[in-house]
Amino acid sequence: MALLDRHAASRDAYQAIRQASADPFSVRFDSVISPTEGVIDGQRTILLGTNNYLGLTFDPDCIEDSVKAVREGGTGTTGSRIANGSYDGHLQLETALKAYYARRHAMVFTTGYQANLGVLSSLVGRDDHLLLDADSHASIYDGARMGHAEVTRFRHNDPEDLYKRLRRLKDTPGEKLIVVEGIYSMVGDVAPLKEIVAVKREMGAYLLVDEAHSMGVLGATGRGLAEEAGVEADVDVIVGTFSKSLGSVGGFVVSDMEGFDVMRVVCRPYMFTASLPPAVVASTVTALRKVQETPALRHKLHANAKHLYDGLTALGLATGPNCSPIVAVTMPDQAVAIGMWNTLLQNGVYLNLALPPATPDNRPLLRSSVSAAHTPEQIERVLQVVEKVAGEFGLLKDEPKRALA
Amino acid sequence: MDLITNTTVLEVARAAEVVLGRSVHVTAASDISRDLAVDSLALMNIVMELEDSFDISIPIDRLSEVQTVGDLSSLIDNIRNKA
Repeated sequence: MALLDRHAASRDAYQAIRQASADPFSVRFDSVISPTEGVIDGQRTILLGTNNYLGLTFDPDCIEDSVKAVREGGTGTTGSRIANGSYDGHLQLETALKAYYARRHAMVFTTGYQANLGVLSSLVGRDDHLLLDADSHASIYDGARMGHAEVTRFRHNDPEDLYKRLRRLKDTPGEKLIVVEGIYSMVGDVAPLKEIVAVKREMGAYLLVDEAHSMGVLGATGRGLAEEAGVEADVDVIVGTFSKSLGSVGGFVVSDMEGFDVMRVVCRPYMFTASLPPAVVASTVTALRKVQETPALRHKLHANAKHLYDGLTALGLATGPNCSPIVAVTMPDQAVAIGMWNTLLQNGVYLNLALPPATPDNRPLLRSSVSAAHTPEQIERVLQVVEKVAGEFGLLKDEPKRALA
Repeated sequence: MDLITNTTVLEVARAAEVVLGRSVHVTAASDISRDLAVDSLALMNIVMELEDSFDISIPIDRLSEVQTVGDLSSLIDNIRNKA
């Protein structure tokens, strides 16, 4: 058996998709000209699948600080912080995160994926228990696999189910760590955090919240779902990313846990990866300041999300359970999903095609993410295109009302 | 095959039917991935179903040792006998 034969099923499935259409998993941009617009095959295309929630990738101050940092500090650190040492920027970024979250400890990782790998594999160990929401991101599952704790899944967003599973572990020794996400990345639904906190308190567990998609999006100052739900004091660990609202790349963890700094010498995804380069650190520090100074970005984001969510729902499309900057439409089957995705792209709208098993309930999704940088005209244009294309695929409850200009 | 294992195999089949939404015919020798066309996510969902039917905890990190329905049944029986 050749080495790659084990992936034959994936290879065949991918081949079938590529034959049916443009390859949804290797879209090539000729150029990206703003947070909301790119050029694909010579055509100006509205970007609606980039997780660029606050549109900060082209913020002039972030760009300037990034350019200054690359000139002063060079293009890369060429090693990890335990081997090559920290740059001033790394410490500045961690200080800024500590201040923002009002936590004693902050640790920066090179990607958000690695933040979850690192925290979940080091915070709990043999004889401990991880309780993961069933719809957790791949980085959470992979981190859980990398560590030595026993892993139990509970039904998505179901505090009673979590309670039941913790009760089964009541007489088992070891610590219990519950892991949930602020906003789930596929359909944009939000964790019932107050109820989960109540279960955590009753059962004596720890709680980690991954705010990857909710940082900069939820809460009065953008700290995420824990802030919005008013339960920050009950959240022991917050994990997040710089690659969404903050418009760069990297991950972080903040906590008040006594002695958290030991993680720097036991957490392998932190220890054995080159640290973030100066340019990335600098734009991230500035973006974090912008998130705090500019609540208007958040208000604009939510207005845009509501515009798109209400518009798609009014068309009779199967949107998710609540309005959030992630707006997903469930497709009846894979063929329609792929066809819709292609036709939308041909009409100048780029969003994400999400196929099982990466989606909940084994249903294909068209997933979009709204940005504060979208104009109302762009959202309206998207609604026109979706209405026309969904009509062609027989997905509308009524005849199309919008005329496509 | 003793009676307990048989009952467990039947319960695995029932859980698989609930998760997959189709009828399945299994024996202890059925290969979960090959014969039942169950992917890793569906297997975790079947395990969740089984945790509820037996009121036990089946850590998913133990699934690496599971290839057949018989393996899964033995894992369940072992956990139940320890409880």
